[in-house]
Amino acid sequence: MNVLIPSALQSYTGAAEVEAHGGSLAELLEDLDARYPGIRFRMVDEQDRFRRHMRCFVNGAQVYDLGMALLPGDEVIIIQALSGG
Amino acid sequence: MSELALLVATRKGAWIYRSDEAREAWHAGGPHFLGHVIHHLVLDPRDRRTLLAAAKTGHLGPTIFRSTDLGHSWSEASRPPAFPKAAEGETGRAVDHTFWLTPGHPSEPGVWYAGTSPQALFRSEDGGDTWDGVAGFNDNPAYVGKLGGTQDGTPDGAKLHSVIVDPRDANHLYLGMSGGGVHESTDRGESWAKLIDGMEVVAGFDAAQWAFHDPHCVAICPSNPDRLYQQNHCGIYRIDRPSNLWQRIGRAMPAEVGDIGFPIVVHPRDDRTAWVFPMDGTDVWPRTSPGGQPSAYVTRDGGKSWQRQDNGLPRGGAWWTVYRQAMANDALDPVGLYVGTSSGAVWASTDEGESWRPLAEHLPSIYAVETAVLA
Repeated sequence: MNVLIPSALQSYTGAAEVEAHGGSLAELLEDLDARYPGIRFRMVDEQDRFRRHMRCFVNGAQVYDLGMALLPGDEVIIIQALSGG
Repeated sequence: MSELALLVATRKGAWIYRSDEAREAWHAGGPHFLGHVIHHLVLDPRDRRTLLAAAKTGHLGPTIFRSTDLGHSWSEASRPPAFPKAAEGETGRAVDHTFWLTPGHPSEPGVWYAGTSPQALFRSEDGGDTWDGVAGFNDNPAYVGKLGGTQDGTPDGAKLHSVIVDPRDANHLYLGMSGGGVHESTDRGESWAKLIDGMEVVAGFDAAQWAFHDPHCVAICPSNPDRLYQQNHCGIYRIDRPSNLWQRIGRAMPAEVGDIGFPIVVHPRDDRTAWVFPMDGTDVWPRTSPGGQPSAYVTRDGGKSWQRQDNGLPRGGAWWTVYRQAMANDALDPVGLYVGTSSGAVWASTDEGESWRPLAEHLPSIYAVETAVLA
């Protein structure tokens, strides 16, 4: 499925949109990490929590649970929160 | 003639300045990792090639970057410092940032130590590519639950810092915690003992409790590894091992300046000489140069007396701070001193602090300054 990648993580992917697969958000992130080593830990901590200023939306709804099931064709958007300075 | 490097880590990237031993003309390299928070940038003195950077950004999690060509190219650690995944139903810890990097003993090439916030100790055996927690510390029942979280300490979490390897013995380690005091291991981190006797704490707290102690920076004397100096939240100290008693040598500082600060550095060949850079620790703790008049202070008699060294530094109106990792020395003769400020300037002295001149200006807020001799 299509995954939108924020600018801060495009040093890993080289692109703003990439293809990745998984039956759950956790599997999708594992697949992303296999394709782009290191990317997962930058957005999800070692306790499987999205980092404080990272957000994930699936089909327009914000998701917190990595166990959420995904279906082929779902749109996953990873973004940076509007924060910083 | 050797080439020197000054490794400057800032809130928004890193810069590398290079000079010959004259230390007169410095050539800037960078920015590296522009926009990334770089807490520490350290060159491995054992191979004089491997450079590690402790990095995160405002949004992205913490990691370690590694270079073997002085920053021309970087690779990311394949397993950065991270806590184990907690058991189901338990709240596990997560590394917010790696704060401190220390190369291991010369007899252990490839070994590095890292101190993090929340306070924990990690070790790499492969030059910084993969990291594991030092279980004898991180999982020690005496420490677990008392090491703080990202909401503790100042300003973004209590920090484990000043990881020191005894140059005579790879098994002999010290560390400092901004929320936890000084601790020592003689078995390469398998077990630890507090080393806080004589250290003072904020009024009203119990000095016998290690968690109330706030060492800011600890340094071991290369010329006499039995002697350590410490700049603490509550004064300047010296200890001469095997004694376990810290002596508050900051009492000899001028009363109007006090003995509060973040950094302390020691002379590479003279264990009686150390430098501090005091800050204002009164009432609400501005942590700026006292009176807006920054100055280093040097002792050349082990702390019996201190002399002000402000020649060349601003005479007033300079309300900046020098963080605990932002003062460094080289090993030349006379010793060079380097200070990075929260206002983004680097000041340098090539005469052991007798005079200062600006080496760089207009950088982001400087977190750390280290020196290195290049291969």
